[in-house]
Amino acid sequence: MKLKMRTSLLVTAAAVALVTILPVAGLAGNTIKIGVAGAHSGDLASYGLPTVNAAKLVVDELNAKGGVNGKKVELLIEDDVCKPEVATNSATKLVSQGVDAVIGHICSGATKSALPIYKAAGVILISPSATNPELTQSGDYPNFFRTIASDDMQARAEVDYALNVLGVKKIAVIHDKGDYGKGLAEFAKGFIEKSGKGDVVLFEGVTPGAVDYSAIVQKIRQAKADAVIFGGYHPEASKIVSMMRKKRMDTVFLSDDGVKDDTFIKVAGKDAEGVYATGPKDNSKNPVAQAAIAAHRKAYNSDPGAFFESAYSAALAIMNAIEKADSTEIAAVTKALQTETVETPVGNIHFDERGDAVGVGFAMYQVKNGQYVKVK
Amino acid sequence: MDYFIELFCSGLTRGSIYALIALGYTMVYGIIGLINFAHGEIYMIGAFTSFIVATVLSIYGFPLAAIVVVAGVAAAIWSSAYGYTVEKIAYKPLRHAPRLAPLISAIGMSILLQNYVLLAQTSDFLPFPELIPEFAFMEPIAHIIGSSDIVILLTTTVVMLALTFLIKFTRIGKAMRATAQDRTMALLVGINVDRVISATFIIGSALAAIGGLLIASHIGQINFAIGFIAGIKAFTAAVLGGIGSIPGAVLGSLILGLTESFATGYISSDYEDVFAFSLLVLILIFKPSGLLGKAETKKV
Repeated sequence: MKLKMRTSLLVTAAAVALVTILPVAGLAGNTIKIGVAGAHSGDLASYGLPTVNAAKLVVDELNAKGGVNGKKVELLIEDDVCKPEVATNSATKLVSQGVDAVIGHICSGATKSALPIYKAAGVILISPSATNPELTQSGDYPNFFRTIASDDMQARAEVDYALNVLGVKKIAVIHDKGDYGKGLAEFAKGFIEKSGKGDVVLFEGVTPGAVDYSAIVQKIRQAKADAVIFGGYHPEASKIVSMMRKKRMDTVFLSDDGVKDDTFIKVAGKDAEGVYATGPKDNSKNPVAQAAIAAHRKAYNSDPGAFFESAYSAALAIMNAIEKADSTEIAAVTKALQTETVETPVGNIHFDERGDAVGVGFAMYQVKNGQYVKVK
Repeated sequence: MDYFIELFCSGLTRGSIYALIALGYTMVYGIIGLINFAHGEIYMIGAFTSFIVATVLSIYGFPLAAIVVVAGVAAAIWSSAYGYTVEKIAYKPLRHAPRLAPLISAIGMSILLQNYVLLAQTSDFLPFPELIPEFAFMEPIAHIIGSSDIVILLTTTVVMLALTFLIKFTRIGKAMRATAQDRTMALLVGINVDRVISATFIIGSALAAIGGLLIASHIGQINFAIGFIAGIKAFTAAVLGGIGSIPGAVLGSLILGLTESFATGYISSDYEDVFAFSLLVLILIFKPSGLLGKAETKKV
């Protein structure tokens, strides 16, 4: 009797499980599910929301034309607030909802923690903004692609500009102790030392959110640095630059695409003038980019924000690969991403075997009259 | 030697920033023995209020001095209203509950207020107007110590002296001390304990608001999360100096600020927090009640 009851329980459980699984499996057949994961709230939301807009624009256009391979495309949007511990939850949720590919995540730390989950589930991840070099260079994640150049390319651009164009000799390298900032700073340090043209006179991390950075600024002065290369995001950058100007230092300040954001200019105000920051190459003459920006203006009545173009490119690339592969199966899509060149706002791109986009790079910008202007 | 003086000055600035917030922590703890974790958020709300008032007034072209005064007063009143309300809603009903209950309630209020400002305002960083001008006479030493540093230092000193005077020599101060010593006995001799506690919260919140204005003007940016780290550091400073003691909070803050500054300057800013918190651990091992705190006598 006891045994019988247990079997009947098991049968019921199995039946319930079947009922709950079946609809999901049924749905997966009719639509292509694309996840969009990144910071959609919190203090880094301005990096993540443009990607959502980009994905929506690309998908709406495809669906209006009848979808991909005869299937409608559906977006599943997950907020990870750029926190690694939240990102694993977002990834698990997306995988359990049966996504075919994911556009995101936005921050390198979050991407790193989410990747193993996607890898185990055989889901391709294509990020518009995660620039940590190891994500591709380690070779651990064959399911990872990105439409932005990695940090070492960015550090290379910063160091080349500082040493060869500005001709500075003594450089202080400062970072915010985060995955992104510290990674970039370490590359910059390595490149400076290897070049033999300059010295790293200071290499230190600052605590993000600290009330006052005057001690580290005094230390930069003490080290007699001609230039500061900062790896990190705009809140710390604007505090350090403002404090340097307050202490009457005219040291050159170079930073990365975490600082090449209009919020930096808004917050640092007049102190932002003259600051250099690397950012993705200017694509304003590219017709695909112009069309994407026009579509954004039409749909949202505003200019797109950070990483919009690379996000739009990521969405185009993954949809194109799924279409060319005529499948959402990971091996076929990976092959299509590597072999099929696609016209995107960041140029005509395909991916190398590590997952980096071929034909994407960085340019140097400088704040002039309250705006980032391309130099060189 | 110049380098030492520079680091000393940045340590003093940092310390007096912590002190402005730590005073509120220590006052509340002294009276009702509660660590008011929402205090950092009251400071943040003060910064936001002064930001809004200052922005509106500067649109109408008011002179800077008027803007500073009006924004300061408005922020103090608004933050006091928040402090008063928080106490009435979250702490008063729990006054006779075990000590852990109001503590959890305080953490809850902190999260609530942060997210309320996030939703009501923005998640972005906002540029805070420079309310403390660069004084011309400071120009020769501007590379060592700035005008806003001096203003913050002076304000902290004045506030500390005024608070000590208030507690030592005024009626409300006497009532506060009586309430701190024995709440039941204070009630029996006719002190309105509820009103004394409300007054404590109002004074502490007003101080936090003034701190919010000065510090935000010094840093030049605000967002909804600034209260958290500032609050944690100020709390550490208050414990270091002996929580419950007014001069202790200032002393603890200055020591914390100087330690961080010298650790950054002579060792590495990677380790500034390590040194700050190691110092806290050391002091608590050898003097568990903090530098100026009174050792609690067990009632038999």
